[in-house]
Amino acid sequence: MSNKPSQLQKGDPTTTGHEWDGIQEFNNPLPRWWLWTFYACIAWGIGYTIAYPAWPGISAATPGLLGYSSRAEVAEEIAAVETRNAPVNERLEGVELASVGDDAELYSYAVSSGAAVFRTWCAQCHGSGAGGVQASGYPNLLDDDWLWGGDIDAIHQTIAYGIRNEEYDDARYSAMPAYGDMFTAEEISQVVNFVQTLSGGTANDPAQVEAGSVLYADNCAACHGEAGEGDITQGAPNLADAIWLYGGDYAALTYTVTNARFGIMPGWQDRLSEAEIRAVALYVHQLGGGQ
Amino acid sequence: MSDSAQPQQSLYAAREPIFPRRVSGKFRNLKWIVMAVTLGIYYVTPWIRWDRGPELPDQAVLLDLAHRRFYFFWIEIWPHEFYFVAGLLIMAGLGLFLFTSALGRVWCGYACPQTVWTDLYILVERWIEGDRNARLRLHRQTGWDLRKARLRITKWTLWLLIGLATGGAWVFYFADAPTLLRDLVTLQAHPIAYTTMAILTGTTFLFGGFAREQICIYACPWPRIQAAMMDEDTITVGYRAWRGEPHKHSEEVKAGAEMGDCIDCMACVNVCPMGIDIRDGQQLECITCALCIDACDDVMAKIGKPRGLIDYLALSDEEAEREHRTPKSVWRHILRPRTILYTVLWSLVGIGLVFALFIRAPFDITVAPLRNPTHVVMSDGSIRNTYDVRIRNKYGEDGTFRIVASGHPAMIVDLEGVDGKTVTIAPQEMKLQRVYVTVPAGTGPALAERTDFRFWIEDVNSTAREHKDTSFFGQGN
Ligand code: HEC
Ligand code: HEC
Repeated sequence: MSNKPSQLQKGDPTTTGHEWDGIQEFNNPLPRWWLWTFYACIAWGIGYTIAYPAWPGISAATPGLLGYSSRAEVAEEIAAVETRNAPVNERLEGVELASVGDDAELYSYAVSSGAAVFRTWCAQCHGSGAGGVQASGYPNLLDDDWLWGGDIDAIHQTIAYGIRNEEYDDARYSAMPAYGDMFTAEEISQVVNFVQTLSGGTANDPAQVEAGSVLYADNCAACHGEAGEGDITQGAPNLADAIWLYGGDYAALTYTVTNARFGIMPGWQDRLSEAEIRAVALYVHQLGGGQ
Repeated sequence: MSDSAQPQQSLYAAREPIFPRRVSGKFRNLKWIVMAVTLGIYYVTPWIRWDRGPELPDQAVLLDLAHRRFYFFWIEIWPHEFYFVAGLLIMAGLGLFLFTSALGRVWCGYACPQTVWTDLYILVERWIEGDRNARLRLHRQTGWDLRKARLRITKWTLWLLIGLATGGAWVFYFADAPTLLRDLVTLQAHPIAYTTMAILTGTTFLFGGFAREQICIYACPWPRIQAAMMDEDTITVGYRAWRGEPHKHSEEVKAGAEMGDCIDCMACVNVCPMGIDIRDGQQLECITCALCIDACDDVMAKIGKPRGLIDYLALSDEEAEREHRTPKSVWRHILRPRTILYTVLWSLVGIGLVFALFIRAPFDITVAPLRNPTHVVMSDGSIRNTYDVRIRNKYGEDGTFRIVASGHPAMIVDLEGVDGKTVTIAPQEMKLQRVYVTVPAGTGPALAERTDFRFWIEDVNSTAREHKDTSFFGQGN
């Protein structure tokens, strides 16, 4: 082996003295401050695990001397936000619902905090986009069709006390009779065929429509209206429009008329603050169908 | 491993303090000028005023983090225009590449903050404690006496003050400088301002006063990258070995060889802020500050030899001169495919940015279709899609914008909470407007799975308009 390039001798001060098959290792000493920085980091790391929660135990991690917990920090932040929002919430509770829109700042606060309330408490049934669950009784809140009324006060009322629940005396209430007990199968078929035509659709069996219309006028029009326009005082759905709560095909209609439905929504009066109810009502009102 | 019975060497070494000697000459003067200019820019910039009207800050250069705006004289950059900043950073990068491949580590030698502030700190040090020999003596003096304590404390105090001014100037870039200064002095500024200042004061003090070359050698990645960008044509600080060697105290001279121009006076080593010997050739530690050139020229003048034993030269020059060929001209060194390529790229990015700056509309828009649900059936059977349209009014006054959907004649636009088809937005504000597009039952888009169309947002008061393409989802969806 040539010793030209490095001309190093074994044990030369600039090598570590290590040698593998004639290959020697330079010693480029690391700056000592670097080593100390490294030690300082280790010391810091140890101190950190003492000061903060760190070592996992059987049921929980060591709590740390400073008593820090991220959960407590979040709770503190939430409390801080609540105190900060308290004056606005008070303002929101103090005004006429219909006039909140005149105060741009208050309105935009209400709509965004209402959106948060909606995602927490309402999305399970009405969907995170408020689109409802098609044909299963959870109404779409984006459209212009309302069971119980779409102006801001009606919406507020619906949310505060709910629908057909047993918690609130003020809950919206109505019950459609189950015609399975009263009608023969043929009569049900006749009225269903007629209902199909109400919204401009074609009946499964046009021959039964005539008889159905009579049955409808006698039994159903009181709630659903002569022309099927519905009645928001009883939450009776409009049967003449393009929107169905439970479905507009023959099978779904037959099921509805035979067994009746009984859609229940909980009331929020005791679960949410008045400011939250107002906020979510305003939020729902501006989703596209508010009146 | 063949053998382990070797004397163990320490793998760690303490920093060797460096005491650069004072030097004067043209490069030293150039460095003074660069220092004055760069520090001047740094300290003065936040105080320059620029009138933008009553609604906007009048600070020429301001990084308004709270409102997410970057003001640079007549240019105002919004967060979504961050590509301008990215572009500038790319230009800075390409610029560094260009300079490095043409002129070596000029950035390190002259303009890098670490160099500038270290230079300033050394200036203070020399001013308080004297030149190299005096400082060496003070360093070697074991034990403290009144004089040493006085000198050290004065020096450190001055360093700290400079550090404080450095950190202090930094925070002015992020808030209205005069207001912040008043708040800082009356102890009413935000804790973040004080913390930032404290951290920057500390790092300046440590890096400029004590760490100095250690930062360049161990902390900075740039020297390593730069080494890969320099070649034999790069003009850098070099030693004309053909002329200097064999130097005075070399083995060859002792053995009777004729001496070269280098008289081994160590002037180049003594002035070096990095503590290296440039005669060993280009090395990672060398920041090419050119102070050794000044030092050597001085000595050459004294002993009556031509200047330039140490000089700015390309590596190929040294070889050419050694072989008595004429070296390439400076321009031939600088203008080569690589530097030309960097210049072209740099200019392209620059032209692109200037172009983008000029075609910026006075407002801009984003359109986000709401797809949860994809579409809503209305009671009359018509189909509605909903879009979140965000309009940024970059005018200095109220802007009124009309929202139009073009793509199918049946499409009807409605705005949530607004009668009519226009929105008015306050100056410098962004507004989120929910927009409904509805088509009657049975029309093409209502039945189709998807219909592409275009939103036009038109400024009612001028001809400016912007568009965004999006799609309408119908019942076929
Ligand atoms: C447990 C499921 C459930 C939850 C949770 C729920 N709802 Fe309802 N909601 C319903 C049902 C079912 C109906 C329809 C009842 C009916 O058939 O009349 C309804 C109806 C409504 C209506 C009346 C729609 C109309 O057309 O008149 C509104 C408004 C409404 N909900 C809002 C809310 C809001 C706001 C929340 C959250 C605070 C919420 N709902 C939470 C099930 C729920
Ligand atoms: C006492 C009032 C009342 C009478 C009478 C009544 N309904 Fe109803 N109907 C309702 C109410 C209330 C609902 C909503 C049920 C719910 O949400 O739980 C409803 C729901 C329906 C629905 C479901 C609508 C949808 O969108 O999915 C159909 C269909 C319907 N009724 C048909 C009839 C027919 C047919 C008759 C007569 C044979 C009739 N109803 C009689 C009150 C009434």
